[in-house]
Amino acid sequence: MSTAEGDFLHVVTADRVSDSRRRFGKTITWGSAGLLAGVTLLQIFHHYGFIDVGLENWRPALYAYLVWAVCLCYSRVLLYGEHGKRALFVLPAVLFVVSMVIFPLIFAVGIAFSSWNLSSPDGRQFNGLDNLRQMWTDPFYWNALRNMVLYTLAIAVEYAIAFGLALLLNAQIRARKFFRVAFLMPLMLSPVAVSWMIGKSMLEVRFGPVSRLARELGWDSPSFFSSPEVARLTIMVIDAWMFIPFMMIMILAGLQAIPRELHEAAEVDGAPAWKRFWEITFPLMLPVSITAILIRIIFKLKLADIIINVTAGGPGGATDSVTSFIFREYRDRSNVGYGTLLAIVYLVLIVIALTILMKLADRWMRPRY
Amino acid sequence: MGVQIFHDSESDRAFRPGWATRRVVIYGVLILWAFICLFPIYWTLSTTFKAAPDVMKGNLIPWVDFVPKWLGLRSLGLSPETIFAESTVREEFLKRFWNSAIVAIGSSTIAVVLGSCAAYGLSRFSYRFGFMRNGDISFFFISQLILPPVVLALPFLVLYKELALLDTRIGLIALYALTVLPIVIWIMRDHFGSIPVELEEAALVDGYTIWGAFLTIILPIALPGMVAAFIISLVLTWNEYFFAALLTASNAKTLPVMVASQTGSQGIAWWSMAALSLAAILPLVIIGILLERFIIKGMAAGAVK
Repeated sequence: MSTAEGDFLHVVTADRVSDSRRRFGKTITWGSAGLLAGVTLLQIFHHYGFIDVGLENWRPALYAYLVWAVCLCYSRVLLYGEHGKRALFVLPAVLFVVSMVIFPLIFAVGIAFSSWNLSSPDGRQFNGLDNLRQMWTDPFYWNALRNMVLYTLAIAVEYAIAFGLALLLNAQIRARKFFRVAFLMPLMLSPVAVSWMIGKSMLEVRFGPVSRLARELGWDSPSFFSSPEVARLTIMVIDAWMFIPFMMIMILAGLQAIPRELHEAAEVDGAPAWKRFWEITFPLMLPVSITAILIRIIFKLKLADIIINVTAGGPGGATDSVTSFIFREYRDRSNVGYGTLLAIVYLVLIVIALTILMKLADRWMRPRY
Repeated sequence: MGVQIFHDSESDRAFRPGWATRRVVIYGVLILWAFICLFPIYWTLSTTFKAAPDVMKGNLIPWVDFVPKWLGLRSLGLSPETIFAESTVREEFLKRFWNSAIVAIGSSTIAVVLGSCAAYGLSRFSYRFGFMRNGDISFFFISQLILPPVVLALPFLVLYKELALLDTRIGLIALYALTVLPIVIWIMRDHFGSIPVELEEAALVDGYTIWGAFLTIILPIALPGMVAAFIISLVLTWNEYFFAALLTASNAKTLPVMVASQTGSQGIAWWSMAALSLAAILPLVIIGILLERFIIKGMAAGAVK
């Protein structure tokens, strides 16, 4: 957040919060917190069979949490008056994210070190580091991780194409709006529908239009999913097709923000077009490019829908992304524990890689012109 | 008359043909890429109306290559003959369609409301939650974007099972709202940052409360940004497949899951698959055509500082 302290809105209000109001505020905060703790404790006892209160699920704890959240928000106003109302802007979102992310993540770490087959009656079994050992010797997981690196590297090509298209859209052309809408279209489509439309139908070996075209161009027996390399390339192309518009639009926005005078000055100085691009446009676009690529990498790391629906990881796991691999792992063996461990290891790797990348990007983004 | 003094130099005269070829190349590339973008949509649309032999022969142009038939829509119970008759397929399809619509609209609304408030607060007031200041809180929100869905998927499967939220729309709505919240906050923070603080200062002098100023003065100005955030959320949530495939079984199954469950069968019913895919993409294609400028505005947020 770049906003300096001076940009904030400063409000001075004289709030007279009476003692009884303050007492009431404190009462509902602690009261509802007590309720939450009590219900949770009751549920835990029930869960482990110490007492039987006839609870079918954990819903009561959820309701108690909601009551507590509302009371916490309300008590901010009661305790701090106008000042407390500011907290209401951020507090609901914070409570929502914390309950939906932090709590499940902690829970996930717990699951990750256990063997838990959801369909078996045994329930959860703590098995220490077994999952980790299994992961170490699982060639399919390492293969999926390697695939993610390859898929991520494909972003370089996507970026080049997106930059080219953005330059074209930024040129003096007619029907700009038509081209913009047409270029945007792939991004709007559902990946599952695209998997069918392109992956299963247009790339159909016998009569898909793309196969026909390939045959016309001299590829005797086009097959897009039989050899690992080609299959991986096909997945990359489909994914690129969907996401090039995204980078294109970010770059286009950046291009439109470059003042025209810079180009005119260079033109007057007699710089040729390619030199104008490399010496002016490209350096000025560096921050936007890095932002676009970073966001694209983040989205690429979630890649799964197309792979699940087009190749289901095949042939022989060659096209698997980590997400699609874990999805199938769960579908085939319904073991929650192992899948969660793989996901958490993946998360740790992503966080490390992206932190390094962002540090590097920060260095590159520092203006040098 | 006098003698012409000023002549076009050699380079100026050579310029015209160069300019023309450049135009041709530019438009050629533009049209080629537009074709690449639009052809799959056309292919799906035309396959909806093709019988099996037409698909096999790869006929492309209706009324010239092949005679359009109502096959695709009939398979969903939506063709002219079947639309007034009882149809279980249509009911199934409409149920999935509504599920998708409700989940997408509900979660986008929640995300935009929560996200806009949070982004506004973070752009206007200084907070401190423990050691976290505004910058850290913003980073905390936006960093959620990095979280791959697969990390949350299996824990949520177990948690939802315990909470009896599995296969319910409300469960999906909460989860989808979570996944798009960072994007909404990213867009709205950018947007509120560009609205001058003096506006609220004037409103506060006029006797508005903080929330009064936010609701009556700032929200109308920020509306385009909110629409952009809403549409982008809508696109992401309508198309979401991964969570829906894991967390829904029959009741709350969404359209993408329905489409996916048909692809596995390798059916020869090309027209029916095409009709389903078309139904899955059509709402967003229409939104894309009508509201393109909002989408571009939303995605460009953060690109230009």
